[in-house]
Amino acid sequence: MANPAEYVKHIELYVNSSSSPSQQAASVDALTVLLKNDLLTLEALVREMDLYLTTTDSIIRSRGILLLGELLTQLMSKPLSNSAVHVLIGFFTDRLEDWRALRGALVGCLALMGRKTDVGVVTENDAKAVVNSYTKYLQVQSMGQHDRKLCFELLECLLERYPNAVQPLGDEFLYAICEGIDEEKDPQCLMITFHIVEVAAQLFPDPSGPFASYAADIFEILGRYFPIHFTHQNGEDVGVSRDELSRALLLAFASTPLFEPFAIPLLLDKLSSSLPSAKVESFKYLGYCALRYGSDRMAKHAEALWSSLKDVLYTSPQSALYVESESYGGMVFEDNDVMIEVLLLLQGLTQQNSDLLLNMILGDEDINMFIYSLPQSWNFDSVPLQIKQRLHSVGRLLSVSAKSSMASCNRVFEKFFSRLIEALGCSVGNHSEESYPTEYCILSSRLNYGALYLCVELLDACRCLVLAFKEATPIPDFIHEAWCCMVQDFCRSLINIFLSSLEIVSGSAQNAFAYSAVKGLRLLATFPGIFTPVSEPLFENILLNLVSAITSRFDKILLWELELKALLEIGLFIDKYQESEKASSFDRIVVEKIVYLISSGDPAMPLSLKMQAVCDIGMTGKNSMLTVVQGMDKAISAKFAQAYVDGNFESVELIIKLLECFNVRLLPWFETNGGSEEVPLNLAALIWDMIDNCSSVNFTVQNNELLGAAMMAMKQAVRCCSQESQEKIVHRAFRVLSASTFFPVKDSPTATSLSKSEGLYLNHHVDKVSYRDEWIISLYASVVIALHPQTHVQNVKMVLRLFLMALAKGHIPSAQALGSLVNKLPSKISELHLSQECDVEEAIDAIFSSGIWNFCKTSTVRKCNDYGNGSEIYFSNSLNGLNQSSVCISAIVGLAWIGKGLIMRGHARVKDITMTFLGFLLKNTNNGDFPLLHDPMVGEEQEVMSLMKSAADAFHILMSDSEDCLNRKYHAVIRPLYKQRFYNTIMPILLSSMRQSDALTTRSMLSRSFAHIVSETPLSAIISEAKKLIPLLVDSLSTLTEDVLHKDVIYNLILVLSGILMDKNGQEAVVENARVIINQLVGLAIYPHMMVIRETALQCLVAMSQLPHSRIYPLRSKVLQAIGKALDDPKRAVRQEAVRCRQAWFGLK
Amino acid sequence: MTLGLINANPVVHAKKERVARPADDPHADDAVDPLEIYDILLFFFSNIRDPEHPYSLEQLSVLSEESITVDEKLGRILITFTPTIQHCSMATVIGLCLREKLKDCFPAHFKVDIKVAPGSHADEEAVNKQLNDKERVAAALENPNLRQLVDECLYSSEL
Repeated sequence: MANPAEYVKHIELYVNSSSSPSQQAASVDALTVLLKNDLLTLEALVREMDLYLTTTDSIIRSRGILLLGELLTQLMSKPLSNSAVHVLIGFFTDRLEDWRALRGALVGCLALMGRKTDVGVVTENDAKAVVNSYTKYLQVQSMGQHDRKLCFELLECLLERYPNAVQPLGDEFLYAICEGIDEEKDPQCLMITFHIVEVAAQLFPDPSGPFASYAADIFEILGRYFPIHFTHQNGEDVGVSRDELSRALLLAFASTPLFEPFAIPLLLDKLSSSLPSAKVESFKYLGYCALRYGSDRMAKHAEALWSSLKDVLYTSPQSALYVESESYGGMVFEDNDVMIEVLLLLQGLTQQNSDLLLNMILGDEDINMFIYSLPQSWNFDSVPLQIKQRLHSVGRLLSVSAKSSMASCNRVFEKFFSRLIEALGCSVGNHSEESYPTEYCILSSRLNYGALYLCVELLDACRCLVLAFKEATPIPDFIHEAWCCMVQDFCRSLINIFLSSLEIVSGSAQNAFAYSAVKGLRLLATFPGIFTPVSEPLFENILLNLVSAITSRFDKILLWELELKALLEIGLFIDKYQESEKASSFDRIVVEKIVYLISSGDPAMPLSLKMQAVCDIGMTGKNSMLTVVQGMDKAISAKFAQAYVDGNFESVELIIKLLECFNVRLLPWFETNGGSEEVPLNLAALIWDMIDNCSSVNFTVQNNELLGAAMMAMKQAVRCCSQESQEKIVHRAFRVLSASTFFPVKDSPTATSLSKSEGLYLNHHVDKVSYRDEWIISLYASVVIALHPQTHVQNVKMVLRLFLMALAKGHIPSAQALGSLVNKLPSKISELHLSQECDVEEAIDAIFSSGIWNFCKTSTVRKCNDYGNGSEIYFSNSLNGLNQSSVCISAIVGLAWIGKGLIMRGHARVKDITMTFLGFLLKNTNNGDFPLLHDPMVGEEQEVMSLMKSAADAFHILMSDSEDCLNRKYHAVIRPLYKQRFYNTIMPILLSSMRQSDALTTRSMLSRSFAHIVSETPLSAIISEAKKLIPLLVDSLSTLTEDVLHKDVIYNLILVLSGILMDKNGQEAVVENARVIINQLVGLAIYPHMMVIRETALQCLVAMSQLPHSRIYPLRSKVLQAIGKALDDPKRAVRQEAVRCRQAWFGLK
Repeated sequence: MTLGLINANPVVHAKKERVARPADDPHADDAVDPLEIYDILLFFFSNIRDPEHPYSLEQLSVLSEESITVDEKLGRILITFTPTIQHCSMATVIGLCLREKLKDCFPAHFKVDIKVAPGSHADEEAVNKQLNDKERVAAALENPNLRQLVDECLYSSEL
């Protein structure tokens, strides 16, 4: 048991009105802990509090009661004995009378009434006492907001949990509710009051009971809030949003049919409001309430409802044109909010009682008049928008009415359908079983567009009706329904009308006709198979026509796309509903024909359209896709053989397109739709077969585009495969590779040795790789790039050497493949990786000791040794007769990719590589200007420059993300935060070198490397070191501006600077260096070589003007002077920035 | 004694929708054009206001894009504005505001002419003379009262 002194302290602290709210909260918490852990019993506490609860000092009494209430709220889940609950609720009930200490009593009542049944609850009799006390003493309206809220919560609780205690009170209780909720304005309280009404209405459903007599009064109170209107813009400060309130009021409105005589007239009245939001709300409420009030009660309002619906739909339709509507003849509309609600209401009403509204709709003279007098010729340019909107609305009206039930569908069809068909120029009589007519039954070229539009809408409606029933069982018998017979009878004529309107109509109306006609055809073709008014020959007829349109009429691209889309949707429908009969016709007519397109040499149809058609049709289902893939595979190998065996290069473009198709659409499709692995595997195998089958003699021309597409396809295909399939591909690839002419002699000394033969080999081959060999090595590199880390690669060492040689020739994919290899090889050969024959250390050793690095100067190594531990890559000049500097540049680029692979896995050897690059950059620092000039081997200053530049750019490769390789897509091993890590290791070294070097070229190249690293490092890492970095950043900027060569780098650097400027944490460092930064920015604002640099510099200056006044004011005149020049910039964007900037700085006074 | 407003109840026009420039085209002709001047005058930061009313000049239809002409070759800008009423004594102040603004935002080699639209003002000639005479403009801006009025127009922000 707790020491009384301890908890009494808490009690006193709480009761004392001078203690702070946080102290009070703390003492409540402390007491709660004691009570929860049974260190203090409730009884002891109450005894201790005795005086606080009963004293005549009302302030202390109210605090005391509130404390007890708060504690009970905290102990809602603690079991209490029934007698304790009884005593406590008795106390609080009693206290409801005490208006000075009311809050505590309310809190206490709420806490006790809200308890769960298994922890001791208030009995019904006690609840009755609470209700009595409530109705007798509480004057809710006169209380403050918080107390009112508590009162309403108590009411809500009583109604929900003790309906039996409330019910006998009837009138008296309802009167209390009315009195309480009248004139309430606080949103939070309103939420509860609305709910109270809802629950109360459900408690007294009796139409002659107490609620019925109060319904008028209560609705008078409620009705004032409709429509909910907030004067506060954002709902955050009140804790309730407009939508929540509106929803609660809606539920209250719809809670009982007893509200009907008051609610419906009110809502109908509000429809005349000019506010669109009020209209939307009214329709929404009407729709919801109509369902709750029941059709009998709604019947007497039917006429008023219809007239308001008609007003929105017909008299002044307001649907907005769809954005792309113009291209479809201006007849595609987007319903606005009012329309959507109206249509929902209409749907609800017709589903509830189909005859009621339908009689009025079908009998409405205006609408009949409109439909019967649709203009025969429809000039799209001159028809006023309102007529188009009206047509759209009438279409929606008929379609929604028809959709609601079988009976209404029948009535709508009987009334209008044959009439519309007649308007389209078909006599009703000639729909007998005649053979398929060769000439279309429409002779007049003037089709009635309005009738066509409405026909399509009706077809859509009845199709939706059937689809809705499709899920239900048992499926009703449609075939004898009137509408169904009509569709069946007119089906042939309709198809003819649609087809002819596709062909006959031209000019401005064409797109609108085409849109409707294609939609009509699609609808007819996608009636579900259990019941089909469209017989099989007709279905096939539709497909045939669409396919032939696609293969022959591609000059009108919009029409073509519509037709293709229709076919796609038909295919998707068949796939979704498993219509086997239709599927076979679809395969036979559409898929095969389209796949035939690929290989057919029809030159008239553009390739891109062919590809689009093929891909789209393939996407209708897995089987179609597989057929398409087969066709494409066949076409690729045939055309490739044509090109490289027969020397006919005409169809190379087709191969490129097909491969791109695979990359962009088919392989991703299989990935998302869970296709089999066979497709990518086959594709890879196919490409290898192609190469294998043609000898190098045929490769007389190199087509880089084709090679690029093939490599991309190979990468994608390998990427999608699992480990086993990848191994198969690697195996296959290696067979081709080892059979190629340039493959290193098998019996050469061990791969790691720096053999002379390798050098000779290089010398010999570097310039003479045949085109076929280039294909093979590129494709092999692509395979390697996309492998999983676990996939086994045969003969790794041999492959490494091969790539190294290709790399020396400047073959980037080989370098990337090497990078991927060192990235993915296991760090140690364990049991898991038994299959691998070499671990990453060995591979790196093999790479570093290779002969190709010998191209570069020994002096480098000397220099490098000053930094590293002597294990740098040995660049020496042992080979003659080659263009040394270009090979050296290739070697640097290659090394950069290898380094990238190592950085990403966080391997330590990357240090050797970066040291080598630094060595290049510092080549001539110690010896003054260009000592190499005296060297007969390297010579030219220019070459040294380009070497240094590529060494600096190597840092870009190291740090940047690449699309081509070494990313998540290609399963690279990526260590978290590898960029930050590298940044942290390289930066100190780089900084000290920058400090030491004074030769101009060296400095600028070091700055270039610095810029690459800084701009690729995540900003958060930069900002934490901003203080140290900013002087260097500014320094680099000034060094780099000397040469146009560096403009892109400058841009990246200035973006980093602006990033720091925009960040809160970075600003501190900026303030310290404000002067140097501004001086630099002022220079960049007139940088002549790149517009975005000027623009960004000016933006940075604007941001700088927000810094503390004392730091920047001294620079004001200088900045203004510089901006003066920028105001005269040749580019408008810069001028605008300059004006903005001038304004910002001019305002500093 | 307070003077009544000269035009107590001006006609307020709706702000026009801005025509967005086509997306950045590096080879676009980036010469100064009327729209740019208009944008600068009205849309960057504080709009120039009518000295008498809290409406911007556009809302009062004093200035429009069509009333600005630019000759890039000769480096001339001609702005014609329409005072709200014939005998508006504020016309010169509006003109001064425009001139000050342009002086800030355009390089000095542009010669700026500011005129009231023909027939829109009772003292058309006098106003034009006042606005385009260097000496008179300088003198006017040295007058502290006028200076304050102009500064208020230029640097107040929209309500």
